[in-house]
Amino acid sequence: MNQHKTGARRLAIYGRCVAAMTGVSALAGCVQIDTPDKPIEINLNINIRQEVVYRLDGDAKKLIEQNSEIF
Amino acid sequence: MGKNKMFMTKWKPTGLALAAIVTTAAVALAVPSAMAQRDPAYAAARSAGQIGEQPDGYLGFATTPTPAIRALVQDLNIKRKAAYTASAQSTGSTVEQFAFTSGCNLIAQTKPGEKYQTPSGAWKTRDGSPPERDARCP
Repeated sequence: MNQHKTGARRLAIYGRCVAAMTGVSALAGCVQIDTPDKPIEINLNINIRQEVVYRLDGDAKKLIEQNSEIF
Repeated sequence: MGKNKMFMTKWKPTGLALAAIVTTAAVALAVPSAMAQRDPAYAAARSAGQIGEQPDGYLGFATTPTPAIRALVQDLNIKRKAAYTASAQSTGSTVEQFAFTSGCNLIAQTKPGEKYQTPSGAWKTRDGSPPERDARCP
């Protein structure tokens, strides 16, 4: 008898847990997405990567040195 | 001994040619540095802090320019763009990439008292400390 009672209680707790979890997931499932109030900025500088700058550095130095009247 | 003599006579003209090459190279190196001089009006506007170097590799106005200074800067920026375009083609890069790399160097080369633009767009006067540059600058 006693064992049966604990089994029933365990079931009840489990049931409550499932109910709580579905409640939480129902809440989590309701994600609100607002449209941004600021315009979306696209940074064009993404085209200039650091590795490219490092590769061109020597040539840039040479150009500046050889055309110092415009730099 | 005879062999040695022949060796010597063979080397003589080469030595002369080498001397000629060295002289030509020295002249070639000396000429651009003698030619490359800033326009006095440009040098004056630069040291006065009216114009300065931008991160994009071009000159900009730190203060409202006079029409003469505006024209001078526009002319220099057109010449810079032509130079960047040629270098971009020979290095297989874009004009913007080459201009930006040059801008990194040009800001680094500014002398104390000259103006430069920070990545945020503010104009700063160069002092003894390193200039504020884009994080991608070498």
